[in-house]
Amino acid sequence: MQAHGLVVRRSSHTILDDLTFSIARGQVTGLLGPSGCGKTTLMRTLVGVQAITAGDVTVLGLPAGHPRLRDRVGYSTQDPAVYPDLTLAENLRYFGTVLGLRRDRLKAAMSKTIGELDLKGLEDRLVGTFSGGQLARVGLAVALLGTPDLLVLDEPTVGLDPVLRHDLWQMFHRLADSGTTLLVSSHVMDEAARCDYLLFMRDGRFLAEATPAQIRRQTGAADLEAAFLQLATGTRQEVAQR
Amino acid sequence: MNGEFAISWTLTRATARRVLAQLRHDPRTVAMMLAVPSVLMILLRYVLNNPVALDRFAPVYIGVFPFVIMFIVAAITTQRERARGTLERLMAMPLGKLDLLAGYAIAFGLVACVQVAVVLVISLTWLGVSTPGSAVPMAVIAVLDAVLGMSLGLFASAFARSEFQAVQFMPAFVLPQALLCGLVVARSAMTPALRWLSDVLPLSYAVDAMQRISASAAWSAAVSADVAVVLAFTAAALVGGALTLRRRTR
Repeated sequence: MQAHGLVVRRSSHTILDDLTFSIARGQVTGLLGPSGCGKTTLMRTLVGVQAITAGDVTVLGLPAGHPRLRDRVGYSTQDPAVYPDLTLAENLRYFGTVLGLRRDRLKAAMSKTIGELDLKGLEDRLVGTFSGGQLARVGLAVALLGTPDLLVLDEPTVGLDPVLRHDLWQMFHRLADSGTTLLVSSHVMDEAARCDYLLFMRDGRFLAEATPAQIRRQTGAADLEAAFLQLATGTRQEVAQR
Repeated sequence: MNGEFAISWTLTRATARRVLAQLRHDPRTVAMMLAVPSVLMILLRYVLNNPVALDRFAPVYIGVFPFVIMFIVAAITTQRERARGTLERLMAMPLGKLDLLAGYAIAFGLVACVQVAVVLVISLTWLGVSTPGSAVPMAVIAVLDAVLGMSLGLFASAFARSEFQAVQFMPAFVLPQALLCGLVVARSAMTPALRWLSDVLPLSYAVDAMQRISASAAWSAAVSADVAVVLAFTAAALVGGALTLRRRTR
């Protein structure tokens, strides 16, 4: 997964400003930065739903948004983007069918994701009656359903209780260990430490791209929050390019 | 664009089933879709209070009421799909644009069948509407009119940025057609400019077909021509709807 000179402009406003980077396979890469810095737009370009102004993005060896990528890239947005007027099972069945899963494989994938996201027992309830945390997990479940090679998760842990958040991060690493590439955005710095690699973002540019340990070492900051502050206030510093 | 217009029966059917499941969880909407045309017919019966006039106007309205309701329902449903982000999710998945639109067309087409059956049975029995034309061809044309309304609603929703705008497309798109389709003044009595405008609007043919099929027991060549135009508009609106669905946004 790599991008070269990626620029996204929306009516003269530059959202992504000449980004060049790559994301390693089988790792959890964290995309961190304040809200409004371009995280979501960057994720949307990788998934192929955002038009690019300049540069190019290659995902799993194909240009982003290529039709052959549509069942290999899982994407969950900040809003859950599911049908509130369908039950959990109906939502998963429909999206699973669209992803090409049929009969036994569909059933297996459904019960696996329902179990992994701790949604057991809610199958026949209307998604519109779910709590915020449950709803967020339904959005995640749809992204995981097709066992994609690349998972792009936009703030997947917002509003979840600490236990569940911990479980989810364990699952992310389990998926990465089995070869899935994950890009996870967050604006909470305590999640940065859980990533294998970090992209620190601000105003459409990267402040740093390195492992958490490298960032801590380069900035001399005690934690990643302090490191981010230091990077954001100081001049843009290149930290240990990969 | 390659393969963009391919259609998969499995995905179309899955989409139709999903739309019907959404309706099933919303019984109040279903009740309104089924009851409103009939209630309006009953109202028409007592407003006219004249069996001769009713026999003339009722068949036309049996075509127009489902057309209007399907237009609104389809426009709002797709607008909601956009606003909730599910459309973007689907567009990032291996779902063809026509799979989505045809799925909608099938689901709403089935609802239209029930809707038309109810209003037709009530009109022909309780309200005592009697026409030279028979019930089944009338039902077929009324369903085609409803499906036309639905496809125009799907197409129109592409130009709505909010549900509020989508609702306003009803008066903006449908009422001018209702004024020009021969319901208020016969199309032959209009000035040339209005007549020409009436000739390019789909509802004119939907109403013509309904008037012709109710006026005679035979399915004439003129009815076939009207039906062909209605079907062409339906197909054009669906393809137009597919063309205006964007996989990427700016």
